[in-house]
Amino acid sequence: MDLENTFKTGRWCKVIEVKDFVTLNITPYTGDHKFLEGPTARTSKLWDICKEALKEERQNNGLRDVDVNVVSGLTAFEAGYIDKESEVIVGLQTDKLLKRAMKPYGGYNVVKKALSEHGLKPNPIIHESFSKYTKTHNDGVFDAYTDEIRKFRSLGFLTGLPDNYARGRIIGDYRRVALYGINRLIEAKKEDLQKITGPMSDATIRLREEVSEQIRALSDMIEMGNIYGLDLSRPAQNAQEAVQWTYMAYLAAVKEQDGAAMSLGSVSSFLDIFIEKDIQDGKITETDAQEYIDQFVMKLRMVRHLRMEAYDQIFAGDPTWVTESIGGLLIDGRSKVTKTSFRFLNTLYNLGPSPEPNITILWSKNLPKGFKDYCAKVSIETSSIQYENDDLMRTSSNCDDYGIACCVSMQELGKHIQFFGARTNLAKTLLLAINSGRCENTGTQMVDGIPFIEEEYLDYDKVIANFKIAMKEVARVYNEAMNIIHFMHDKYYYEKAQMALIDTNPKINIAYGIAGLSIVADSLSAIKHAKVKPIRDENGLTVDFEIEGDFPKYGNDDDRVDHIARDVVEHFNLELEKLPVYKNAMPTMSVLTITSNVVYGKKTGATPDGRAKGVAFAPGANPMHGRDTHGVIASLNSVAKIDYKDSKDGISNTLSVVPKSLGATPEMRIENLVRTLDGYFGCNAQHLNVNVLDRDTLLHAMEHPEDHPQLTIRVSGYAVNFVRLTREQQQEVLTRSFHETM
Amino acid sequence: MPAGLNCWHAFVLNSMSSTENKLIVHSIESFGTHDGPGIRLVVFLQGCNLQCKYCQNADTIALKGGTPTEMESLVKRAVNMKTYFGDDGGVTVSGGEPMLQSKVLIPFFEALKKEGIHTNIDTNGLIRIPEAKQLISELSDLVMFDVKATTEEGFKTITGAKGLGRLLENIQLREQSKKPYWLRYVLVPDYTDSEESLRWLIETFSGNKYLEKLEILPYHKLGIYKWESLGMDYQFKEIKENTPEQIERAFEMLKPHFKDVIVK
Ligand code: SF4
Repeated sequence: MDLENTFKTGRWCKVIEVKDFVTLNITPYTGDHKFLEGPTARTSKLWDICKEALKEERQNNGLRDVDVNVVSGLTAFEAGYIDKESEVIVGLQTDKLLKRAMKPYGGYNVVKKALSEHGLKPNPIIHESFSKYTKTHNDGVFDAYTDEIRKFRSLGFLTGLPDNYARGRIIGDYRRVALYGINRLIEAKKEDLQKITGPMSDATIRLREEVSEQIRALSDMIEMGNIYGLDLSRPAQNAQEAVQWTYMAYLAAVKEQDGAAMSLGSVSSFLDIFIEKDIQDGKITETDAQEYIDQFVMKLRMVRHLRMEAYDQIFAGDPTWVTESIGGLLIDGRSKVTKTSFRFLNTLYNLGPSPEPNITILWSKNLPKGFKDYCAKVSIETSSIQYENDDLMRTSSNCDDYGIACCVSMQELGKHIQFFGARTNLAKTLLLAINSGRCENTGTQMVDGIPFIEEEYLDYDKVIANFKIAMKEVARVYNEAMNIIHFMHDKYYYEKAQMALIDTNPKINIAYGIAGLSIVADSLSAIKHAKVKPIRDENGLTVDFEIEGDFPKYGNDDDRVDHIARDVVEHFNLELEKLPVYKNAMPTMSVLTITSNVVYGKKTGATPDGRAKGVAFAPGANPMHGRDTHGVIASLNSVAKIDYKDSKDGISNTLSVVPKSLGATPEMRIENLVRTLDGYFGCNAQHLNVNVLDRDTLLHAMEHPEDHPQLTIRVSGYAVNFVRLTREQQQEVLTRSFHETM
Repeated sequence: MPAGLNCWHAFVLNSMSSTENKLIVHSIESFGTHDGPGIRLVVFLQGCNLQCKYCQNADTIALKGGTPTEMESLVKRAVNMKTYFGDDGGVTVSGGEPMLQSKVLIPFFEALKKEGIHTNIDTNGLIRIPEAKQLISELSDLVMFDVKATTEEGFKTITGAKGLGRLLENIQLREQSKKPYWLRYVLVPDYTDSEESLRWLIETFSGNKYLEKLEILPYHKLGIYKWESLGMDYQFKEIKENTPEQIERAFEMLKPHFKDVIVK
């Protein structure tokens, strides 16, 4: 089929712009979920094989198999299948299911470490090459790091920086391969390259090199298709090919890169256009359509990267963040919900609950009721999906074709990328303010110019003045680290396959982040509204705090403390915005911890809010465990006060409720969850994870993991198989507030 | 009972004169999904004129304690929740017995009304002072009356006091003012679940036009721990929770006679 004769034509025919194709050809669906079909026998057969493989993986300490002889790449492996006869969508990262591959360009040491933890070593030739001849991103970064940056990193002020692993977070517009075919994409890139001419500044030279690499990656992609007998050089000709081609493009990305988050974008309603056409033409049935999506999603669930154990502390449960964003509205007000939006959610029934792909609902108050109700039902029954505020993001960026990178970060598809920056520990930064610029644990001088606080009781204004100095300096060091990291990543581990599917010279934002917000807010509230006496050791370092009197706590819809949280976010973001960024990227910030809230806690001494040394932080922008005593909505409202304009990379919040607190009957639970989402996003909040679980289920799963292989729980911006968390992380999840109505 | 029945009235007068626009709050639940329609801000007020043997919130009974809270701050909380209320959510005052503080509830409800927020009182229905009557007959958008028992003796056994007559008068007042209300009935095995009791409910209320819903609350002992932590004796320990058959039987019997009967 000739796509231009089959679909409504427009701009997309002249330039590479999938969004235009979607806007012109989408068929919004306003009904309910009753049309959905169950899995086919083939799908079920494949999934049974996968479940068996997953079990082996769990039993084998999280690694089923790994290839130590091959450096991964688009064409590095022969074709791999789960069960060839049953597969309607093919393609694996390696030649075998759940077999991981080495991607050493991010950092060879990490690969070596990951293998040695399983008693393995890389093939000697690869070892020689990466020890002697081939430089990696990690090597480059540490060549350039200053002593100061190293100090901030090792003492836990900056944690999880992508300086020894791949940065991820870039979303290729994988739909382009299906809509245009690779030949056309190569043509367009070649035209771009011709236009990039002198004078030869650093930026121009770099861009010419990058586009040339992209063109090579596109040729490799064709080659990769050939290995599976697929002709990716041309556009997809039918629904099955559209799904297959899109998956192949994504597969290219995860063969080449192992970034922390390798997100998918927003493909469901694009694919729906091809599916709808084939259904209209009587070529396929609903069962076929669901089979494509089930098998596509199954493949996404099997994506794996080679990780070392230490990595698990910041990103627990082996996540891959294959984030797929579903729903939202078009700028013209029509809904982007299609039948394929439902089909994606239906995989959580056909294949059972799962953390991946990280299904993210772009919520608008104007989404069709049938879809809202279905999302709520899926949340209540699987705890596998998260929500982001489409009304807020669409209107503030004037963009209706975006995906979520990783957990919470908006990214316009094919036109915008981001530089991932992990986060800084704001609670430790506050302690600098009270310890004359020294690390509270080691006494190391981190920041100069902060006067010692002599008074017996902390004075709010003095602490704030010191805190501002600390924030300014921490922001400076953080920015320096980020510039080095992304310079080196571009140089040694450039995402050529993904960037080949993105406009040449896209918009870039640099994604800074903070952790420990609730602790900072409560600490400052305690200093302001109660009396806080620091207990110091012989070196004058704080070891504990005595609090006299009560104070308002973040998480109770109380402006006296919520505005402190809001203002701290605003202030730190302003400090970051002042600093120059590599490639002129736009500075943005997130309030997000992934699961690093546990390690951050470990590295942080006692804080003035009464939190003891070593205790885990609350995740993301969540209030501290047990301090939100006025119920769910008061807690949500506190978080909603953080202004999105100050935290454009996202504000993560995780809500855990027991089923009966949502209402007495299943219908009421759905209704009340929909209202909660409408209400929260109506307050301009940005993100919400929803868990509907009984604590007892989790306790049971800790003792009998074999009974709960698919039990899924949302943590900060992604979901995990609960049984794949360490015991410590499981405990931490259990101590969180599980809201129960009185 | 800790503060005897005799002195509750004095407490009401006292608390009203001394705290003006403050309500004595036991606790706040911003995600009330069981106390009236929709999502509700539930303000649990401190102090009760009864001492029901199965009270789930035993810590709200004492007339001492609680946090004096500016009415305005509660209005603000409710206003902050408007986006969640949808068509039918709003504010519920519960307790304890909220009508003990009805003098302050009047400006509170007036302020909520001004904000277009739906109001509801969850009451045992015994208080008959003018302010309580005003709330029942005019101000509250909804009233949920607890029907504790179907005879005066039964009422005394469960609550420690007689009061069925006053409750019926208040329900009648609501019915006459042509405003919607719900009844909540705790189904205590052997105490309130006899056929006779249920028949009394049907005879007494099934003709009431403005009775919109009858909620059957199965008996459970979730509140026991509060009694124990207060050092009080939970006298209903021996009573077993209802069997599903008992609940089903009551539901089937009541259902045909009312607009809407639900089991919580
Ligand atoms: S009326 Fe309600 S609050 Fe008062 S004692 Fe009885 S059950 Fe408890």
